[in-house]
Amino acid sequence: MKLSRLIIAATMLVAATLANAKDFTFTAIPDQDSSQLQLRFGKVAKYLETQLGVKVNYVPVKSYAAAVTAFRNDEVQLAWFGGLSGVQARLLVPGSEAIAQGYEDQFFKTYFIAHTSAGVKPGESFPEGIEGLTLTFGSKGSTSGRLMPEFYIREHFKRAPEEVFSRVGFSTDHSRTIALVNTGAYQIGVVNYKVWETELAEGKVDPEKVQVIWETPVYPDYQWSIRGDVDGNWGAGFSAKVKAALLGMNDPDLLASFPRQSFVEAKNSDYQPILDTAKSIGLID
Amino acid sequence: MMSIRGVSVSFVILAMVCIAFADIEVIAADPWSEFGRIGLGFITPSFFSWSELLTSLANTIAFALVGVAVAAGLGLLLAPFFHWRVVRLFCSFIRSVHELFWALLFLQVFGLHTVTGLLAIIIPFTGIFTKVYAEILEEVDQRPLNALPIKALNTGSAYIYARLAVAWPQLVIYTRYRLECGIRSSSVLGFVGLPTLGFHLETYFKQGDYSQAAGVLYLFFLIIASLRLWTHRRGLLILLLASLIWLPFELSTNPEIILRFLTHDILPQPMRDAASLLDVSVWADMFNWCVKLVQTQVGIGVWNTLLLTMISLVGSGIVTLLLYPLVSPLFFRKRWRLPGHLFLVVLRSIPELMLAFVVVVMVGPSMLPAIIALSLHNGAIIAHLIGHSTITLKLPLGAARGLNRYAYEVTPRIYRPFLAFLFYRWEVILRESAILGILGIHTLGFYVDSAFEELRFDRALFLILITALLNILVDIVSRRIRKQLRLTALPEIR
Repeated sequence: MKLSRLIIAATMLVAATLANAKDFTFTAIPDQDSSQLQLRFGKVAKYLETQLGVKVNYVPVKSYAAAVTAFRNDEVQLAWFGGLSGVQARLLVPGSEAIAQGYEDQFFKTYFIAHTSAGVKPGESFPEGIEGLTLTFGSKGSTSGRLMPEFYIREHFKRAPEEVFSRVGFSTDHSRTIALVNTGAYQIGVVNYKVWETELAEGKVDPEKVQVIWETPVYPDYQWSIRGDVDGNWGAGFSAKVKAALLGMNDPDLLASFPRQSFVEAKNSDYQPILDTAKSIGLID
Repeated sequence: MMSIRGVSVSFVILAMVCIAFADIEVIAADPWSEFGRIGLGFITPSFFSWSELLTSLANTIAFALVGVAVAAGLGLLLAPFFHWRVVRLFCSFIRSVHELFWALLFLQVFGLHTVTGLLAIIIPFTGIFTKVYAEILEEVDQRPLNALPIKALNTGSAYIYARLAVAWPQLVIYTRYRLECGIRSSSVLGFVGLPTLGFHLETYFKQGDYSQAAGVLYLFFLIIASLRLWTHRRGLLILLLASLIWLPFELSTNPEIILRFLTHDILPQPMRDAASLLDVSVWADMFNWCVKLVQTQVGIGVWNTLLLTMISLVGSGIVTLLLYPLVSPLFFRKRWRLPGHLFLVVLRSIPELMLAFVVVVMVGPSMLPAIIALSLHNGAIIAHLIGHSTITLKLPLGAARGLNRYAYEVTPRIYRPFLAFLFYRWEVILRESAILGILGIHTLGFYVDSAFEELRFDRALFLILITALLNILVDIVSRRIRKQLRLTALPEIR
């Protein structure tokens, strides 16, 4: 009785996994509230499925690097990357292309945020008086939460962040960066401005306790990248179909899960500044 | 000549010196309110999505069962050859690398696949099984073996009937104990993305969804607590079979990826870029590459790993001595021992990484959460065993009671086994100290994690090898001390 039930359950699962074997699969970097990932990207998978006419899966990953590795090893063929992770991924997969970016990603920026008790005044130029405080980045592989802010910190102080601040942490994602500065665990945080604005609007931030003290100049960020060999596996023109589906995504509910107002065209060369910056601070050899 | 007292005092002094150098700051501004929210979560557990939870529960058990079964089989095969130096070194190496590090390596090759999870358990567990099985076989009653004619001594039949058969009950007890460790390891693999309980636990704790985190943790306790109910022989066989069916095995990895990983990704960068390895400049670059890594990461990483290890070793000792009376019949009646039992079960069944993660959420990523987690977890394991062992102690009639009994009668009598258990845990504590770096504490694991995040697998491997070497060194020192002080311990502790 018990055994038969087990066997039935197991067979059902195997059947389910076998069906997954050759599906078009995408992933996304876990850049914010990771408990909502399945919810956010499950809808996107459904949308792509209707647009492309093939089965589409979303697989969640735990880190930016895991997203890049999955893309590199052809476990996923499409990915919603950050600027840096996209550059890393496309370097590793010759022939892969950045095909679409959020409208906002053409001029993305990082917010430096501070707990009010740190006493740093907001301003137009790089914040004076943050030396010696504690700072948290986002993920180690984040563009807006690590690469760009580290670049500006090094440019200003001519020193590594570890030598400028009394403590440097990596919060692992933007939501957590905001939470850590909100509670005062860190005095300064560097965060993706879209996540900040979303969480501010949702009331997750106490404006009495945390405020934006500086915004960086703009740079290109998130994008959809696709492997070069998808046309061979899913038929000629598949890549173009995916691109059209992404650019044509106009359901506000779907766009809100990124959150972007729309998607626009992107190409690999748009991200040359990110590659140069990553090289200049030694994140890419 | 070493003495028990001398060794104890030196280690305590060493730990105090280490504390002076360690970063034990409370970083969170208001840890108590976070603590309150966590507490509230534990009173109001919620089970967000049963299908997700049960799937990850099944995965956790399946990875553990299959992994432990294969490792136990391999261990049994290797154990008779443990006296060969090459086997001993091999086992010592494969168990010196933590499951999570193995998992991170295999993730690069097999992705989020069953094979990654299984290998991450099988490899280190094989090393442990081989060692402990060999020791059990060694210590077993030698009389049946001695009764055999000389020419039969080295035959397979002699091994099976005169040694294996005699040691069998102990081997089974130990294997069952390891299964519990396997479930812990398997859950923790979720922290790097495998679909086990740790996956959701990490997510929920990080997002501050403490009710849901508590739900996952309760499920975890449930399997650990009910382990005895379903690990009898038939239950195990059925579950093992079910696990093999449950886990998806079809492998999509092509050999190219494996080849690329071995011949390109993990090669130190100067070697990878070199046109010819015969060029002297390549080796000069290699030297610089190593020096730079040692200066910027290995040095700090090793230093912090050792600080954390030494403090936590003594911390575990203190926790043990404080907690063992809770479960000892010499101090409390059965009724009063129950809460103590429960407390120790909870502490020792939560993996250190999870425990540390919870404390990091409260106080921030200094070394403090790691010290607390390691001391509590390992202390609870030893306290449980020591407390139980006091059943066999015969106190003189009219022996002192209360604090005097604790200080003058019981503690001196259990001090030798206590020290033995502690020294056996030393290398385990070191391995965990390194791995806790992935939570942001600057032990070796921090730099390993950074290397993986930067997709620099050459650095990751180099750092993992350094960690392994450190682990082997500590193992050697610990063995020396145990030998000098003539300390031995139950297999469960090794």
